Amino acid sequence: MQAELIEIVNHLSRHEPFDELPAKTLNRIAANVEISYYRAGTTISDFGEPATDLYYIRSGAVDIFRRSGELYNRLSEGDMFGQFGLMMGKTVRFPGKAVEDTLIYCIPADIFQELWETEPHFADFVEIEDRTRLHTAVTKKGKSSELMVDKVSRLISRAAVTAPDTIRLQQAAHIMTKERVSSLLLMDESGPKPVMSGIITDKDLRSRAVVAALPSETPIKEIMSAGVTTIRSEAYIFEAMLTMLHNNVHHLPVMQGDEPRGVIGLGDIIRYESQSSLFVVSNIYRQQNVSGLKAVSKDVRDSYVRMVNEDANSKMIGSAMAGIGRTFCQRLLELGEEKLGPAPIPYCFMALGSMARDEQLVVTDQDNALVLDNSFDPAVHDQYFLELAQFVSDGLAACGYTYCTGDIMATNKKWRQPLRVWKDYFTDWIDNPKAESLLNSNIFFDLEGIYGDKTFTEELKDLVATKASKSQRFLALMARNALNRTPPLGFFRTFVMEQDGKQNDTINLKRRGTGPLSDLIRIHALASGSRAQNSFERLEAIASTKLLPNGSVENLRDALEFIAIVRIRHQATAISNGQQPDNNVRPEHLSPFERRNLKEAFQVLSNAQKFLRYRYQAPTGRHLA
Amino acid sequence: MTDRRKVQQSGPVDTDHAQWPDHMAKLAESAINPTLRAFYQAGCVAPETPISEVPMVALDFETTGLDPDAHSIVSIGLIPMTLKRIYCRGAHHWILRPSLPLQQESVTIHGITHTDIAQAPDLAEILEEFLPAMAGKVMVVHHRGIERPFLDVALQWRLREGIEFPVIDTMAIEAHINPRRKLSWIGRLRGGRPVSIRLPDARARYGLPHYAPHHALVDALASAELLQAQIQTHYSEDTPVGDLWY
Repeated sequence: MQAELIEIVNHLSRHEPFDELPAKTLNRIAANVEISYYRAGTTISDFGEPATDLYYIRSGAVDIFRRSGELYNRLSEGDMFGQFGLMMGKTVRFPGKAVEDTLIYCIPADIFQELWETEPHFADFVEIEDRTRLHTAVTKKGKSSELMVDKVSRLISRAAVTAPDTIRLQQAAHIMTKERVSSLLLMDESGPKPVMSGIITDKDLRSRAVVAALPSETPIKEIMSAGVTTIRSEAYIFEAMLTMLHNNVHHLPVMQGDEPRGVIGLGDIIRYESQSSLFVVSNIYRQQNVSGLKAVSKDVRDSYVRMVNEDANSKMIGSAMAGIGRTFCQRLLELGEEKLGPAPIPYCFMALGSMARDEQLVVTDQDNALVLDNSFDPAVHDQYFLELAQFVSDGLAACGYTYCTGDIMATNKKWRQPLRVWKDYFTDWIDNPKAESLLNSNIFFDLEGIYGDKTFTEELKDLVATKASKSQRFLALMARNALNRTPPLGFFRTFVMEQDGKQNDTINLKRRGTGPLSDLIRIHALASGSRAQNSFERLEAIASTKLLPNGSVENLRDALEFIAIVRIRHQATAISNGQQPDNNVRPEHLSPFERRNLKEAFQVLSNAQKFLRYRYQAPTGRHLA
Repeated sequence: MTDRRKVQQSGPVDTDHAQWPDHMAKLAESAINPTLRAFYQAGCVAPETPISEVPMVALDFETTGLDPDAHSIVSIGLIPMTLKRIYCRGAHHWILRPSLPLQQESVTIHGITHTDIAQAPDLAEILEEFLPAMAGKVMVVHHRGIERPFLDVALQWRLREGIEFPVIDTMAIEAHINPRRKLSWIGRLRGGRPVSIRLPDARARYGLPHYAPHHALVDALASAELLQAQIQTHYSEDTPVGDLWY
């Protein structure tokens, strides 16, 4: 028989998070409470002791300490402590000491576990309360970077310097010298309201005007960059950094609506944050040879760990790492062209896979290809491009981007072809799909031009966007391939529970998590005719099509973010410990918080795979025909 | 009424039972009722046992009045405890049908009404649950003039044999700690107030929260917490239980 403990129930029901719990649950908690009185000055829980209870302060006051002995918090009536030890490691992490005579309601671990698992409000409360501590535990330090919290507008030191786009080259140089700016915004003033039409920078004046010995009367329109990449004034500095990384620009006009308010440069951000990824990028551009690049590549991992510690999300980190990777490619191509002379025909260096998706991490191999102008004549031109590809590929390998084991590199003749051949490749993959060949060509459906004539890769993207959504057989076979890699059922203390009941010691978070997730997101994106490459952007595109049931897109986004961030942190921890980062996680190294959320994320993936099979009528069976 | 200080001491005389284990063993031999015999056979700890190692049960009765011979038990609250922990998991609360009429006066105190008790069991019907919950434990009460004598009389009526057991009295401890609680005329002249040893007042001195009184289980809990506070404040965990029980 369980007696009703009115006093306990009443008190709990007046305090968060118990106030949201149903009466039945409160009675069950009260019926299991153990009560303990502590005189002022006595220790309630000591560091390293087994964590047996959640402590709820009925009356009195308790000081909570850090391991160092430093006071962390002072709690009073209705507050609770000890949840961190229960969630994280089963030992007391933050000792508690009564500062007044204190009466504690101890909620035993099994009841805590039950509430944590079955009461979402309770779970949110204890997790959010401990977010900073959890975060500290996972990332080791937690100083949030100003990059994440400060707005771009802070970096604007002066109003934008503009001029009509009808001026001449020398006038532009004159204005820039007089105003002491390294960039000039050019305005189209032919309409009722001036509209920004282009930008010219110091570097443009050097490389486009002086080198080519253009006459000083050349209209500025002829050498300015049109289609300027800009940023909103309310964006975070981090976003500005990613925009620069992604678009390979060093000057970014800051816009308030249609009007430029100012221009921020690479240097503004680097001054703000000397260890940022942009610093790495600007350093890459300064290197004059491969050994210099190799030296810079050592900073990449530091920059990665720093971003993890600053609580950047997986999209930020993925973009920043992909940006750095692209910059290595771009610099190597510039150096290659210096060494081998200018390219005989136009070309585009194409990134594939994670770099194209803007989802690169520190452990990555190189996946790239060359799309050449249709005037390509193998006998005349191929030697040049082979040497260029070899130079870039070797350089990337020296900088830590290992050779692709599947030989998807521009050094492979098959992937060094003119645009017309590439169009045939994609047409064949989509119109005459075969499961096995699609398995190998999957990676080409994440593509991004990163150097040279990007209209080539844009044409390929157009082709894919137009054709893929119309070929049900292609989508069905892509879906079938995407079902080859399934998530595990969940985690227990020391093992991974597979869907077939088998147990494993480790889980590969890429192969079993982020990989299959980005596979299935790619298929829905292709089906919806989207040109986006990044998984999160693809999800946005999918969301606008009603292709997926309500709520699915949000679930997929959360699942991807969570698995990705656990994987990222796992790698950052390895780097910090001087180990080689990998994708294999041991369940006992995960916190209960991570285990629980990963289990949920895998459930989302599993359900999404079931839907994928149904939606595209993917042939069943996990083996290839 | 439950202003227990006014009650005359009744039931077993405290001083006879310095050696409770031996006494319990003797009672086990003479008891006829099997439930009662089992209760005594569970025995009790030796008087030199440190209080920190003693299994206890905090006990509280709500009654229709103060005289065990004239009034009845209306409810029983019970909660197991040690010096370190009070275990709600083992808590019990019984509402009983009194054999003597419920008076309006006591209804207003403990809130148990005629409708509540119409369906309630007689004490005899819960003995097989109640006595085992007390077996082997030292009972904790606030004022030993109620629970032990009331249960003794109630069992004599029903089983034709009474009951005895060791109790720790938190009110007696409080009286012992505050020996000169009655103020001299000079003290009263200076506006001083006597130290109250009533349960809520005693609890307040240890920083224990205010609980609504006169619910048997809440009062049992209140006494349990009070004992933890008293021992930690004025005694030690090594204090022999023999120094505390009656």
